[in-house]
Amino acid sequence: MSIDVLVVGAGPAGLSAAIELRRLGVGSVLVADREPAPGGVPRHSWHTGYGLRDLRRVMTGPAYARTLAGAAVAAGAQIRLGATVTGWVTGAVGSAGSHAVTMTSADGIETVHAAAVLLATGCRERPRPARLVPGDRPAGVMTTGELQQRVYLARERLAGRALVIGAEHVSFSAAMTLAHAGAHVVALVTEHERQQSYAAFRLGAALRWRVPVWTSTVVQRVTGRGRLAGVEVADIRTGAARFVPCDTVVFTGDWIPDHELARMAGLAMDPGTRGPAVETTLETSAAGVFAAGNLVHAAETADIAALSGRHAARHIAAALRAGPLGTGPLGTGRSDSARRPVIVEPPLRWISPNAITSATAPPLGRFVLRSQEFRRLARLEARQDGRLLARSRPVRLVPGRPVHLGAAWLARVDPAGGAVRVVTGS
Amino acid sequence: MTRAWADVAVIGAGVVGTAIARTLARYALDCVLVDAASDVGTGTSKANTAILHTGFDAKPGSLESRLLRRGSALLRSYAAAAGIPVERTGALLIAWTPEQSAALPAIEENARRNGYLAVRPLRADELYAREPRLGPGARAALEIPDESIVCPWTTPLAFATEAVGAAVRLLLSTRVTGVAAAGGFHQLATTRGPVRCRWVVNAAGLGSDEIDRMFGGDGFTIRPRRGELIVFDKLARTLIRSILLPVPTARTKGVLVAPTVYGNVLLGPTAEDVPDRSDTATTSAGLGSLLAAGRRILPGLAEEEVTSTYAGLRAATEHSDYQIYVDAERRYACVGGIRSTGLSASLGIAEYVVAQLGEAGLPLRPRPGPPVSVPVMPYIGEAGVRPYQDAGRIAADPAYGQIVCHCERVTRGEIRDALTSRVPPADLGGLARRTRATNGRCQGFYCAAAVSRLFP
Repeated sequence: MSIDVLVVGAGPAGLSAAIELRRLGVGSVLVADREPAPGGVPRHSWHTGYGLRDLRRVMTGPAYARTLAGAAVAAGAQIRLGATVTGWVTGAVGSAGSHAVTMTSADGIETVHAAAVLLATGCRERPRPARLVPGDRPAGVMTTGELQQRVYLARERLAGRALVIGAEHVSFSAAMTLAHAGAHVVALVTEHERQQSYAAFRLGAALRWRVPVWTSTVVQRVTGRGRLAGVEVADIRTGAARFVPCDTVVFTGDWIPDHELARMAGLAMDPGTRGPAVETTLETSAAGVFAAGNLVHAAETADIAALSGRHAARHIAAALRAGPLGTGPLGTGRSDSARRPVIVEPPLRWISPNAITSATAPPLGRFVLRSQEFRRLARLEARQDGRLLARSRPVRLVPGRPVHLGAAWLARVDPAGGAVRVVTGS
Repeated sequence: MTRAWADVAVIGAGVVGTAIARTLARYALDCVLVDAASDVGTGTSKANTAILHTGFDAKPGSLESRLLRRGSALLRSYAAAAGIPVERTGALLIAWTPEQSAALPAIEENARRNGYLAVRPLRADELYAREPRLGPGARAALEIPDESIVCPWTTPLAFATEAVGAAVRLLLSTRVTGVAAAGGFHQLATTRGPVRCRWVVNAAGLGSDEIDRMFGGDGFTIRPRRGELIVFDKLARTLIRSILLPVPTARTKGVLVAPTVYGNVLLGPTAEDVPDRSDTATTSAGLGSLLAAGRRILPGLAEEEVTSTYAGLRAATEHSDYQIYVDAERRYACVGGIRSTGLSASLGIAEYVVAQLGEAGLPLRPRPGPPVSVPVMPYIGEAGVRPYQDAGRIAADPAYGQIVCHCERVTRGEIRDALTSRVPPADLGGLARRTRATNGRCQGFYCAAAVSRLFP
């Protein structure tokens, strides 16, 4: 099969990109998703608040997923479900383009040739083993993703006591899901000195279910043979440990992009986001391969992922109009010498986009960043070779929450200079 | 009411017990295979380093050395026939200090005394040419080209599948609690009713000393030695080609880094004596020490995600060698103290034990009818072709194109096959050992709910 654009992932970013590509007149757009239904994570996230900034109305996750999927089909994009892109065909040059992937579905194994590829594979939460939490390996330990699918897609009920690890936005969402499923949420547990969600959301959840947040607290050990018995938590200030009996423990947040296809392609990766390094156009280090959504900023809300997909679509459409894209094998399509990496320094954890080749504005005209620490008032500074390019107004840094830096300074980047460093000043 | 009657009862359905059962199944004998757990291979057999050893480092002249050498050869050919994933990656035993360098010639000589002649020394430059991602400071190495990696889950499942196909009765969730003599028979008391048999084979692993005492033995005590291990993401697989071994100490073979047949990288094990025979918990100290060792051996590991952590218990005893003996008078075979080489030696142990039983008077007449065939197991390794990669299979049955577990690329067809197999899983862990479903990097974020729904 030969098409103009292959979009991998039918979540908010992928579907929004497909809609925009078709709107801009791109001929053939295929969205492939390995799940049996389109929509990505919102499919199993039943709280409201979806669609705010991209559709300018608010709805639940499943309604949002249906709306985007319906719009993509109406726009003339083809959506293939239950179709897994398993790898890249190296060196294959199709009639319509320079990239080829293999795809497995119930229909068989196909090679898809595309002039451009958009990776919109999203992100997942680090599960308990990846966080190196020691102890037994009982059932009843899961991530929010698993919890939501069990409760909202498989209609499982959960009895007994539940503990939520994390106190950011998604953690409160997990607490709500647990409550819907019939569990008693004992507490939210965070290593930070305070919770990190938004006040309105937090108050709603806390007042309605009276869930306490245990701050400066870590999970030291999981106990239970077969079924979960409980977890040992410790206060990181005093070291005091105690055992909390519970039947379910949900590890929330701690996002990692689903970057396997990007790594398999040999794309340059960003050490901060752990996704592919992307320019402000959301093009990766391989010409004609773009990346959008929570693959490049894990995790922003669905509407931001959608707008990221729309942004990538505009630049893909422009690139297709400009002529044939990269011709070499993956990763060698273009010289890296023109790319200036954007690097953050602690307490900042990552910035996205994170490469600069031109003064093209990033999605929403701003860079998005994460901090690993709380800072009450900090200014973000962009510097190149010691030269100050930009200084933001004072911003509040909260782990797990986005902070933004405008992009008006891009024109001041010296194309012959070194990396751009983004640091916190006072 | 007697639950079962048999010529031979094998206690313990780990890799050794299942190997003995499938070997006995070739003869005209009525056999039962009994295990306290709800599945085969759930003890030491499921949580180890998954290496098919050559036995180069065994103690020359020991029973372990002999059975390891024989068993390793038998398992290599059995695995090829049964579809058990095996990759001959070779091992590099690496010296990091002058003292360790000085120890290499003795290890090489030891290998030769064990009859393993392919071992050869490597200089540091040859080592780094072979493993360019190795951490700095390695001085020299020994190459053991036949050390291999193997699937520890498919192996006992294949043996059990073969045994059950040859009319061995598999009694799971059946714990042996005592034994009484009953007029030429043993009457085994179990949690699910008595089992009467003429002969008993004790392959009870971590419980083998307790069973041995029921038969009057007092020659050994199991001292469980816990090994914690860390499994790294498949994206780390390109960091190494071979199994990377340290120079062993008197106490332990040390921390190794090895590829797995599922395409991951394994780091471990620790070695810690624990009193509790079921304590397979990981510890922060254990995992921390492994990560520190991993950073030295293969610095690139620090950049990769951890997929899983686990701990297994080796059935160590106060003796260095296997505790295998046959008591003709009691019609009893003890197969205990199989520490950490049981997987590699299993078929050698089985062949040896069955021959000893024959000499002790167990009648070994070939089973009438067609010969027992080796089962062909679902292939769950990365080196061969998995169903999702097999266009012909998907065309014949689209369920092999429906990927349910995305990280491990397990299809609906494979899960269905496991659930309807001759030795079906009892729980999701058993399904994971048969298919890899939910074992991947997301640990169920995407698929656990869907996989659970397929489980009846």
